[in-house]
Amino acid sequence: MIIHGRTLHPGTASGTPIRLTAPLSFWGGTDNEGRIVDAHHPQCGEVLTGRILLMESGRGSSSASSVLAEQIRAGTAPAAIILSRPDPIIPLGALIAAELYDLNLPVVVASYDAIPADALVQVTDGRITW
Amino acid sequence: MPTLDLTADEEAMLGGRDGGGVALAMRVIVGQARISDAPRLVEITSAHVDSCLYHGQVSLDFAHRLVDLGAQVRVPTTLNVGSTDLVHPGLVRDHELAAAGRELMAAYVELGCTPTFTCAPYQLPNRPAFGEHVAWAESNAIVFANSVLGARTDRYGDFLDVCAAITGRAPYAGLQTPEARRGTVVFDCRPLGEFSDLTYPLLGHHIGSVVGAEIPVLLGIPSEASEDDLKALGAAAASAGGVALFHAVGITPEAPTAVDGLPVRVVDLETLQRVRRELSTVASELDAVSIGTPHASYAECVRLSELLVGPPLQLPFYLSTARATRELLAANGVLQVLEGAGVTVIVDTCTYVTAILSPTWKYVMTNSGKWAHYAPGNINVSAVLGSLTECVASARAGHVVLDA
Repeated sequence: MIIHGRTLHPGTASGTPIRLTAPLSFWGGTDNEGRIVDAHHPQCGEVLTGRILLMESGRGSSSASSVLAEQIRAGTAPAAIILSRPDPIIPLGALIAAELYDLNLPVVVASYDAIPADALVQVTDGRITW
Repeated sequence: MPTLDLTADEEAMLGGRDGGGVALAMRVIVGQARISDAPRLVEITSAHVDSCLYHGQVSLDFAHRLVDLGAQVRVPTTLNVGSTDLVHPGLVRDHELAAAGRELMAAYVELGCTPTFTCAPYQLPNRPAFGEHVAWAESNAIVFANSVLGARTDRYGDFLDVCAAITGRAPYAGLQTPEARRGTVVFDCRPLGEFSDLTYPLLGHHIGSVVGAEIPVLLGIPSEASEDDLKALGAAAASAGGVALFHAVGITPEAPTAVDGLPVRVVDLETLQRVRRELSTVASELDAVSIGTPHASYAECVRLSELLVGPPLQLPFYLSTARATRELLAANGVLQVLEGAGVTVIVDTCTYVTAILSPTWKYVMTNSGKWAHYAPGNINVSAVLGSLTECVASARAGHVVLDA
């Protein structure tokens, strides 16, 4: 299967999907190990590292850009992030990590409902396949 | 999708005419402009930068990259709080965090930013005038600039704020455009009657919690509301939700004179009592008091000094303010009164963003809706919300004392 989305930050990644049922703020919502620590979040306790993160959008603080960029640097970020609506904060974190460390975490806007929970998902810029 | 039109000057910056630092900053601005579907960039007259608060190695790597590439801000740029108090360095318990915080703050000064280190840049001289396009970060400063000053800024945050300062440009999108600034929902606050100083943060928290992406128009805010009252309202609204602009009819410069046709939500006393129960822990035990979030104004510090005349304080009492305000307080003898009464005056940072309060403290009282919202998650305390007089009375008694 294939979906074409809008590329907010280019890059290539593969992994298994993790679908969040509520928006997440990386600042205050995840720790340095990539674990969701926001006690009010339905997926609290899940680890995002290396996964294809599917969520509606980011939420809250603009410091989320820093937290995501720091996780990309430290190797604890998701492999790719697929959003259902554009959000400037998340791709900004990806852009800064690319500028500083030459690490590219793809950020895509696409309707991701068709992606099965157990699929091995491949993201190449705006092209999502499984 | 609209295409982004750049001027010849902007193309030249992007192409490296002004050096690698400007080119990097312009790549960030252009990237964000494309994501927000901006048709062009807009020239800004000032910036307020929040990136000087330490969030990890990436914070330092980014600032040092800009310094190494020779970047300098091209508009007057103030700095938000950092992770340490440079005037009282002994106050921060975590020495590693304090050292990293200090290094980051110094890097932003090297980029040409003014070392103001305050979250309330609107309390400094030379604040933006009505209609000016600016690029401000820090949610409480953004909502104040847009609502009370009538300047125009979208919500900017880490990295983007300093890139706007270096290029003198921001994406022409969001609250930079007049269309996005119109009020879309009315909050009728007239049933609240007379306002106390605690009404403002409670009302702000309520609006932030329920308003979503709408632009609130407030009816019934008393005409004598001070800038400090509007600061408390805006800060609470911006931390509880994404509020970056509100209009208060008869008070703020862009408020509409007629609100016909807009949906109306009524705010009554019961609503605010519920908000207070949500934000505030019920406790008698108290370990400390922390006020000045956002940074206390000169007038608020003077009011505190007046309330402190009387029996001594039994509990640690913290006041966060700008270093510029502290200098003025010192020149006028107010600082001596505050410190003489046992108040710890903090500048350059704030008690909920760094390690100042003792980790053994469980209950801390504040008059700030924003502090009550963030401190439990950030520094693991339970917050008790009270008015300034309740804060002073409680610090004197050694336990929570509320008026009613």
